[in-house]
Amino acid sequence: MLKIEKLNKSYEANKALTDVDLNVSEGVVFGLLGPNGAGKTTLIRIINQIIDSDSGEVYIGGELLAPKHIGLIGYLPEERGLYKKMKVWDQMLYFARLKGLSPHEAKLKIKYWLEKLEMETWKDKKIEDLSKGMAQKVQFISTIIHNPPLLILDEPFSGFDPVNAEIIKNEILELKEKGTTVILSTHRMESVELLCDQVAMINRSKKILDGTIKQVKSIYRPEVYTITLDHLTRDLPTEWISKQDEGSYSFTLPLSGKLPNELLNELMQYGQVSQFQELIPSMEEIFIHQVKSTENG
Amino acid sequence: MDKIWLVIQREYVARVKKKSFLLVTLLTPLIFPAIMGIFVWIALEEEDNQALRIIEVVDDNKLFFLESSEQYAFSFSDINSEEAKKLVQDGDRYGFLHIPKFDIKDPTGISFYGEENPSMSLISYLENNLRKKIEEQRLFESGIDPKIINDVRTKVAIKSITLDEEGTETVSDATVNYAIGFVAGILIYMFIFIYGNQIMQGVIEEKSSRIVEILVSSLKPFQLMLGKIIGIAGVGLTQLLIWIVLVGTLTTIVTGFLGMQMPQQQAMELANPELAQGLAQNTEMGEILQVIAGINYMQIALSFVFYFLGGYLLYGALFAAIGSAVDAPSDAQQFMLPVTIPLIVAYMGLFVFVLNDPTSTTSFWLSVVPLTSPIAMMGRVSYGVPFWELALSMGLLIVGFLFTTWVAGKIYRIGILMHGTKPSYKTLWKWIKTNN
Repeated sequence: MLKIEKLNKSYEANKALTDVDLNVSEGVVFGLLGPNGAGKTTLIRIINQIIDSDSGEVYIGGELLAPKHIGLIGYLPEERGLYKKMKVWDQMLYFARLKGLSPHEAKLKIKYWLEKLEMETWKDKKIEDLSKGMAQKVQFISTIIHNPPLLILDEPFSGFDPVNAEIIKNEILELKEKGTTVILSTHRMESVELLCDQVAMINRSKKILDGTIKQVKSIYRPEVYTITLDHLTRDLPTEWISKQDEGSYSFTLPLSGKLPNELLNELMQYGQVSQFQELIPSMEEIFIHQVKSTENG
Repeated sequence: MDKIWLVIQREYVARVKKKSFLLVTLLTPLIFPAIMGIFVWIALEEEDNQALRIIEVVDDNKLFFLESSEQYAFSFSDINSEEAKKLVQDGDRYGFLHIPKFDIKDPTGISFYGEENPSMSLISYLENNLRKKIEEQRLFESGIDPKIINDVRTKVAIKSITLDEEGTETVSDATVNYAIGFVAGILIYMFIFIYGNQIMQGVIEEKSSRIVEILVSSLKPFQLMLGKIIGIAGVGLTQLLIWIVLVGTLTTIVTGFLGMQMPQQQAMELANPELAQGLAQNTEMGEILQVIAGINYMQIALSFVFYFLGGYLLYGALFAAIGSAVDAPSDAQQFMLPVTIPLIVAYMGLFVFVLNDPTSTTSFWLSVVPLTSPIAMMGRVSYGVPFWELALSMGLLIVGFLFTTWVAGKIYRIGILMHGTKPSYKTLWKWIKTNN
């Protein structure tokens, strides 16, 4: 769906993107991760043709990015904005028309979405009279109103209460089912594992990692196991610092060159093994590890 | 192109639909006449209600007699100045005028005593009266009867006629031309300022509320800027049109109400110039009517619309650029100077040079340089401007607004996405030089 090759962009002396390559397959939710200031917004703005790159190419559906592709993309910027004095209906109509929908099409789509998200009663309200969450919903609808095959959401859940965040999450997944490709940019790694199929990490203008969630997780495996033992038959070695809770002892152990079965055999000599599980690092840990290893190497 | 049209529509509708637009548009043509009417009414009331002010005159020459007016009465009680002062202090007299003994050829030392500061009009009323008396007295002393002087007083009025190359004669009158230039110049000046500011506010609103990021993902910043400028121009033209219609109907109604048949009579005479000439030959009114009939309205109206729009577009782009560079209206001040100064120069130039001497070198340059021409040229057009000068000025104005729009587009494109940094002129210059 989206292919990016050797993209570079700098603002005066600051490098915002350095030789970034990306490949987003069709119909996936793609997580674009990285701390604030890493270059995510610059990358998104280039895809949206808001700014031009210094060098490198962006292909969308196999074609070199051009102004005619604007209607294929729906973009929800991190900083939301609506005309405060405009009515919900007029606002949505304006955005839909700017994306190239005919007045008739636009009205049908707006009706559909207002009904779907139970917002029909607000359509004649001005944005300034809505709550923040309501305005966010209006913004979300405005972003997807023209059925874009590529959706770019920058921190989509910020500003939503948990109930509405859930609604939006489900809408995103539903859109994905229908074949929409979604790029989700965020610095909050915890939301990524739930939603994303593929991820790429950007730090200090460079892409430092990409792949499916599983691939990414296999890159960094600290090979540490969490263990719980019941009914101890003998004392544990003192270097195994454990937490005791009503006769259960919990602790973590690295493999230290052994195979998992060898470690399990060893543990069985101490008592009943009730838990033996590899510790899978969170995206956050992977990210931190990756940042450190790229900076050191 | 479609997208610019959408932006124009939105900008136009959003503003025209506002209640404040309706109020300002409907009330402005009423407010000015209303304020003037109230002033006149108050002044008349005051004059009516004012108690007659009595002024004691102490004339040591025993020469002068001042006629009382509606407001002032003069009393000659043959008292000395000490007594008169006392009368003033006691409040029995509004004031007293002391005319000491003087040589009639050198009248000095006349003073007015009052409890409060006398008004300008009272003092000049007294001065005029005394001057007239002294002059009469002196004429009389040199053996001339003042009546003769009155008899020989003549009124001279020069009828000015412009001759063009084909020999057509047009009666002209600087007063009428002055008035047209004056009104047109001021209208353009106000329009540029008021609507230029609206452009700036609009850009700042979009920038600070971050709508702009969504907008520029759908259309080019330049389209957005142009759409806004043109949309707001539409609002201004609508307002102007409503004003013209409103003022027109109001004048007709008011004059009709007052029982003056002026408009109809004028219309009749305008439609039938020969009749007007016959009717009004040699009378002043007739000449003014001839002048009004002789003015090339088509040219004035067309140039007005051209300079109105041209000036607005030229400055509108600059206002948009300023709006894009700052985060809040209060930050805009630092960039306003380069925009306000040429406007004020043009405005002052209109009064100091152009209206007084439309063909001077200064007037020529003011009406040709694009930054000042929209205002200055309007001061010249009603006097008649050689075709090549008009063409030069218009051509330069077109080049001028293409240039400012281009420069503004460059600043705007980068400015609208910049937040939190306060740009300087140096950064603006850098933005203009940046290519992407």
